[in-house]
Amino acid sequence: MIAVKDIHKTFEGNKVLKGISAEFAKGKTNLIIGRSGSGKTVLLKSILGLFDIDSGEIWYDNRNFTETREKDRKKMRQEIGMVFQGGALFDSISVEENVQFPLDMFTKMSAAEKSKRVKFCLDHVNIEKKAFGLNPSEISGGMQKRVAIARAIALNPKYLFCDEPNSGLDPETATVIDKLIQSLTKEFEMTTIINTHDMNSVIEIGESILFISKGKKEWVGTKNEILNSNNKKLNDFIFANKLYAQMKESK
Amino acid sequence: MLKKVFARPEKHKMYFRQLFHEIDNLGVNSVGIVIVISVFIGGIMTIQFAYSMANPLYPSELIGLGTRDTLILEFSSTMLALIMAGKIGSNITSEIGTMRVTEQIDSLEIMGVNSASYLILPKLVAVVFIFPFLYILSVFFGILGGLVTGPLVGVISIPDYIEGIQWLFIPYYVTFSIIKMFFFGFLVASVPAYFGYYVKGGALEVGKASTKAVVNTNILILLFDLILTRLLLT
Repeated sequence: MIAVKDIHKTFEGNKVLKGISAEFAKGKTNLIIGRSGSGKTVLLKSILGLFDIDSGEIWYDNRNFTETREKDRKKMRQEIGMVFQGGALFDSISVEENVQFPLDMFTKMSAAEKSKRVKFCLDHVNIEKKAFGLNPSEISGGMQKRVAIARAIALNPKYLFCDEPNSGLDPETATVIDKLIQSLTKEFEMTTIINTHDMNSVIEIGESILFISKGKKEWVGTKNEILNSNNKKLNDFIFANKLYAQMKESK
Repeated sequence: MLKKVFARPEKHKMYFRQLFHEIDNLGVNSVGIVIVISVFIGGIMTIQFAYSMANPLYPSELIGLGTRDTLILEFSSTMLALIMAGKIGSNITSEIGTMRVTEQIDSLEIMGVNSASYLILPKLVAVVFIFPFLYILSVFFGILGGLVTGPLVGVISIPDYIEGIQWLFIPYYVTFSIIKMFFFGFLVASVPAYFGYYVKGGALEVGKASTKAVVNTNILILLFDLILTRLLLT
């Protein structure tokens, strides 16, 4: 489980996070949703320690991340997998080497063990063997996201973070990525936090949803509750898409 | 940034692998251009020395001597470093800058890798290591360029040129230039790496950072050239 308590973050006098508190459960796909500029990415990067917060606490299970020294944070980061919006694969090395990179860096596995683990991870995200030797620029956007997921789970992480994992993908591929993240979360019992503004993802895999607006927590619930919420800001966000307004009416 | 760069590596084996890759990428891949430029400059300098010494009072050996000393003291060190700042420096800034804007550096940091050290240290060591070799190569091919061009265009005979390049040779000039190359190598790797590592924005900003890096590196090379010449040669 990951918990954030009263997080504040300011950039050059501009308050981006204004006292957000939330809990993200283990074995569930926890979604952070909100408009562009609402503070989703800042919240995610603050939890990851890429941004130092002004005040508040971040807990990874029973460990206070905010009070952890940089040296110990580095060790903790080996328990974290991250899927970036653009994949962030290393473009000078192959698909296989990308997944192997964390294993090379942090394990004492033999070459055979590493190769087996790489194959296991890439098989899990349905990457065919013929793509193993290709460079990231030679594969599609959807495949890049799947390779990024494979790299993120290579070290068997306890925590998985995804920043808009299906942005730039067609609806069908986006659903495949969503389902893949959800199934991996269940299979490996990870605490997964997904940052998105894609309502399809919300309806598909939103087991726990945190809606933030202008740096504040506005609503918390599940995909079954979201269409019936009375929160005006949330409704404005969801029903900007007429499809969901029609879905609510038909319910 | 330098404190982060020189921090203890997470895994030495990975850093050594990167180091050999960078020696090949930044050093060995520069050999061709160094040879081409040096041969041409050596030839051009020989013709120019011959032209400016077209006086029967000057011994013709001075042409070889002038070409040799100019190559050893200034061209193969400072001028070569300025050229390499353009080639290697822009390569380093654009590579690291692109990694920054495409979140590859964030990705390394989240994995627990010291990104500054992993990306910059192998480049820094590779460039500092390879620069003296490029210098020696440049001097050799510059002198060879003069040897081919001078007699070819008829401004000096081969025996006079060979005698000239051996005349009044001061070995300390080579030592002095190799010392300079260590400093220039450090500048050519570290300044562009700094500009690339801290770039913000997108492709346009990476391009701008690359230009800024080359300009700043060139200015620093000239400044250090002045300081080192004053300290070591006068």
